[in-house]
Amino acid sequence: MMQIMRGNEATALAAKLCRPNVIPAYPITPSTMFPERISEYVADGELDTYFLLAESEHSAISAGIGASVTGARVCTATASQGLALMHEMLFIAAGMRLPIVMAVGNRALSAPINIWADQQDTVSERDAGWIHFYAENNQESLDFMIMAFKVGEDKRVYLPAMVGLDAFVLTHTMEPVDVPEQAAVDRFLPKYEPHCILDPKNPMTIGALGTPDVYMETRYALQKALMDSAAVIDEVFKQFATAFGRKYERVSKYRTEDADVIFVTMGSMTGTARVAVDRMRERGKKAGLVKITVLRPFPSRELKEALVKAKVVAVAERAISLGYGGAVYGELAGHFVNDIKRPILSSFIMGLGGRDILPEHFDEIFAKCERLIAGGKLEEFPEWAGLNREVL
Amino acid sequence: MTKITLGLVARTPGASKRNKTGGWRTLRPVVDASKCKKCWLCVVYCPDSAMKKGEKSSQPDYDYCKGCGICAKECIAQCITMVEEAK
Repeated sequence: MMQIMRGNEATALAAKLCRPNVIPAYPITPSTMFPERISEYVADGELDTYFLLAESEHSAISAGIGASVTGARVCTATASQGLALMHEMLFIAAGMRLPIVMAVGNRALSAPINIWADQQDTVSERDAGWIHFYAENNQESLDFMIMAFKVGEDKRVYLPAMVGLDAFVLTHTMEPVDVPEQAAVDRFLPKYEPHCILDPKNPMTIGALGTPDVYMETRYALQKALMDSAAVIDEVFKQFATAFGRKYERVSKYRTEDADVIFVTMGSMTGTARVAVDRMRERGKKAGLVKITVLRPFPSRELKEALVKAKVVAVAERAISLGYGGAVYGELAGHFVNDIKRPILSSFIMGLGGRDILPEHFDEIFAKCERLIAGGKLEEFPEWAGLNREVL
Repeated sequence: MTKITLGLVARTPGASKRNKTGGWRTLRPVVDASKCKKCWLCVVYCPDSAMKKGEKSSQPDYDYCKGCGICAKECIAQCITMVEEAK
């Protein structure tokens, strides 16, 4: 059924449809609406879950880990500083192979304090061992949350997953969302079967010391599980398309076939880039677009396949690895470096801290890429789009 | 070789007993049985449950004692001496 809702309402509704046993949460802008909605569901008797109001994000995720090892399905939400405060526990959730699902309202990190759209929070946590989904719109926010449970809880995976949705652009913006029936979600998402349960009747040690003789092998197993989860994600995408009629890919291409310049984007900026590409095409400019839906596991093969025929690839990022450049650019470049046939790669930073991303910014990027095609060089690494140099 | 489990979960209890940790010790508690009053304060205070009640005195379990010296500090009879392992 189509309903009009905000991104936070979509993630909260998705959580409700997945019937988590425990939802520990601590409110933070722009994700506060998530625990608010959950609390309403519980108060109205619509959701049977243990809703735990923690005293911090660190406690929220810690409670989630504790609940998860008892065999509970766990869901939470946070953003920005909240996710940063969870940092150490994110590694623990992944290391203990607990399929917790978390919605993250992608927001800038301080300082200066800023509550607006920026993917620095989740991009900075890409080494933690979680699966990363990035939503372009509210429909994807809802769909990815449901699929995050199914992928993470798969016996071949057992990993936590986060779903990023850009602050305000998605979290607080009303959009039509096709809401699946409860019965259909129940059919799609089987009962969670944990790999371990903390139970006094059957004692076991969970979260034990990993001495130097086993730590590396445990990390290897974690890395392998995360890499192998790509195939499970593809499988779940297919099952989701059959059940609900919406098709997803870890990497989706738009007008890339004969494109000279391809933009690589994540999250809500993709919609703007798509409009920009259409406008450029009308003017005879051969622009294309590739959207990354799943950043972890990193879709290197799919990206290379989508980008190899382009003359220039511009990786546009709403985050920066300070002291370097675009993190996604760096990862992509790392996978291309040994290939003889590869496009010229360029790194563009844009939209930080809620700076509007306009189709004109992609025109600027395109113009710079044309300079590269003509054999020219760019002035800076990384390049910045939409930067007001007058105040610098 | 025992295979590692998913998330390194120890499925059978007692793993901590199998992993002997006494090798971490640099100082060893030595109990003078003639002075011990069998008050068992050292047994209570040992953070590793490595001090046992013996027949004539308390007895450190050197397989797990890490030589922290809390037993020697707490002993009212001052019958526990911390001796360097090298000696």
